[in-house]
Amino acid sequence: MAISRFLRPILLALSVLTAEQAVAADKVLKAVVHADLKILDPTWTTIYITNRFSYLIYDTLFSFNSKFEPQPQMVERYTVSDDKMVYTFTLRPGLTFHDGQPVTAADCVASLKRWMARIASGQNLAKFTAGLDVVDASSFRLTLKEPYGMVIESLGNPGTAFIMPERAAGLPLTEQILTSVGSGPFVMQRDQWRPGNKAIFTANRAYKPRPEKADYLSGGKIPRLDRLEWLYIPDANTTLSALMTGEIDYFEAPPLDFIRLLKDLPDVTVLNIDRLGVQGLIRPNSSQPPFNNYKARQALLYLIDQAEFMEAVVGDKSLYMEFCGAFFLCNSANETDVGSGPMRKPDIAKAKALLKEGGYNGEKMVLLQPTDRPQYAAAMTVLAAQLRKAGVNVDMQAADWSTISVRRAKKDPVEKGGWHLFITTHGGPDPTVPPTNSWFGSRCEASNAGWACDDQLEKLVDGWSRELDPARRRGLIEQVQTRAYESLPYVPFGQFFQPIAFRKKVTGVLESGVPVYWNIDKN
Amino acid sequence: MFGYIVRRILMTIPVMLVVAVVVFLLLHLSPGDPAAIIAGDNATDEDIQRIRVSLGFDRPLLTQFTLWIGALVQGDLGVSVFNKVSVWELIVQRMEPTLMLAATTMGFAVLIAVPVGVLAAWKAGSWIDHLIMGIAVLAFSAPVFLIGYGLVYQFARVWRILPVQGYTPMAQDFTGFWQHLVLPAITLGLVFAALLARMTRSTMMDVLNEDYIRTARAKGLAPSAVLIRHALKNAAVPIVTTIGLGIALLIGGVVVTESVFAIPGIGRLTIEAVTQRDYPVIQGVILIASFVYVLINLGIDLTYALLDPRIRY
Repeated sequence: MAISRFLRPILLALSVLTAEQAVAADKVLKAVVHADLKILDPTWTTIYITNRFSYLIYDTLFSFNSKFEPQPQMVERYTVSDDKMVYTFTLRPGLTFHDGQPVTAADCVASLKRWMARIASGQNLAKFTAGLDVVDASSFRLTLKEPYGMVIESLGNPGTAFIMPERAAGLPLTEQILTSVGSGPFVMQRDQWRPGNKAIFTANRAYKPRPEKADYLSGGKIPRLDRLEWLYIPDANTTLSALMTGEIDYFEAPPLDFIRLLKDLPDVTVLNIDRLGVQGLIRPNSSQPPFNNYKARQALLYLIDQAEFMEAVVGDKSLYMEFCGAFFLCNSANETDVGSGPMRKPDIAKAKALLKEGGYNGEKMVLLQPTDRPQYAAAMTVLAAQLRKAGVNVDMQAADWSTISVRRAKKDPVEKGGWHLFITTHGGPDPTVPPTNSWFGSRCEASNAGWACDDQLEKLVDGWSRELDPARRRGLIEQVQTRAYESLPYVPFGQFFQPIAFRKKVTGVLESGVPVYWNIDKN
Repeated sequence: MFGYIVRRILMTIPVMLVVAVVVFLLLHLSPGDPAAIIAGDNATDEDIQRIRVSLGFDRPLLTQFTLWIGALVQGDLGVSVFNKVSVWELIVQRMEPTLMLAATTMGFAVLIAVPVGVLAAWKAGSWIDHLIMGIAVLAFSAPVFLIGYGLVYQFARVWRILPVQGYTPMAQDFTGFWQHLVLPAITLGLVFAALLARMTRSTMMDVLNEDYIRTARAKGLAPSAVLIRHALKNAAVPIVTTIGLGIALLIGGVVVTESVFAIPGIGRLTIEAVTQRDYPVIQGVILIASFVYVLINLGIDLTYALLDPRIRY
């Protein structure tokens, strides 16, 4: 106490000096983001931080509203031919890139072509596309080979087609885009970017927001902040302390076990901005026995108690759903629980029987457990315990995520470094739609690691994509899910939510699914 | 002396070459793939392979090594496979915070530990000695992160007189610079100060039992003159050795301290590069670090000659 009496006046004086020097008229938001920004090219990676960065500096042709309906964003109007084969888009007037150049149809066409070559939603659209052409400086035309029901949805999907200058988007596909010139509401200050530490953005004062109110990712994107500092602090305890003392304003991904503590802080707001949340999934290796037999994959359903998984992974009951049987996420337009019956209550005897029918005879079953992803590791521990109850000879192999990323790409038998099961998660609107749910794809060798393989399921997804009538689509989604619960490209083990936390002086945070920074103000 | 320095610097070349080969092989033969991390969790095998090819990781190991070593001899450490920023630039960006933290830590530790160690030796067996050595044992045993979190809790969260995290360059804001460095330097310096205090005490006790110290006392010299001019100077060689070794120890401690206090230094750069398998960055940092080690050792050897006239090169 005596020490504090001695030190306090000296250090407080120093603090005042520094604070005075640091005072600026600008509205500055200091946000600690969930990962370090390393890659600036949204067509180069599926990493979330790059997607979030792209929303700051780029704009999109369409964006989803809170009902997950695509709304025009850069597009002023569009027309669809009677045969649903030709879409013509016209840009809003006055759109400019950060370097002052106007946004033209040529920029849009180049950006869309790059997106169609790289990103899942674009690749799906590309399969139906006959041509993509510039009409004039502000209009371009998309011509289809046959009607496709997902054209506008694809363009507005958050794993989306960000519009870049043609000189960037037109680079060869083998080259990573290293520039950061967009037409979005914030401008990246490249000279202040310190990889591993911070990225600085300032408001794009030339940005022309739409007149509508901001809604989810659509509407007027008004940059109310003068300066946005994205900080990367790897230690969550440090970030928590910094939020408590007001050194930072916004904590993008607090660990879930901090949420109760954060909710009790008088100066902090905890908000779930993503009602879709995150789905946890168990991925079996469909190319290796026993999971190359659908009966063995079905056995996994009878081992799942989602509440038990969520208790281990999340803990706080307010942050997860007791049960979600929807492959395409609960709270989404494609939510249905058809076919999920076996997963409602564990039945070890049934699981054991199905494993036997699937050809399992006590061989070693390799589970990949990432040591540096606590949520995945917790879920894998629960799964291993359930498998052991069913008499499975579990071989849990722990490694860091980087090692597992390589290991899971191995198609070999386990004796040669292969594997049987791993855990991952996905979230946002992508997995809510069959063709863009990357772990749902069952195209055998062309599927993600695990190589789910089911022609019938693929045909049902294809039929759903082609269907133009929303009511008939709803019926088709149930057929898709029914088949998925037979074929099991993966097993959903629960759905949970990742709230954000911010100081009370921060206002206007949108429930936008993806954390975005337009509309945010600071008092 | 000059010839000796040149010889020692030239000797770093084969050392660095061995380090380069070992680091390259260790990294490339250990599991992990930066392409998979760049592509992201939801990427397809095809995406990962495309990135692998674009980074040149599909080429034979010998080809990759030849290209890297060829660039290295021209002073080019390559670029980060993630953000394409030059490794030199990344290291330079991170060098200042680490050097400042290390220098402040060393200054803090030496200023505290040497007088305290001398005092403990002078008062050997007394309660002062026991108290100093007790605190030293405690400081040496406590994990760095525990000390860090404890200081943050008390000084930043309870008293709110120092910042929790971050780094401000001295040129930008002198006061802010010191405010940001106080807690990290104490966190990191306590362990080292404890080690150095114990080392100083035991070396000083050996010297204080020498005949020439008894003679100095018998001549009627003041205790301070005996301690500083006669005892400390003769005990300095092992103390300087410990300080030199301590700098090596600091490199390990810096990683934790930089993480706890969110200081964007070399330690964090290294950890992030290792977890992400950013090969050029890891290789660059280790090469530079090994060069710095060699220089530190050279500096220590030269200091011996200054402290002890019997040592000549």
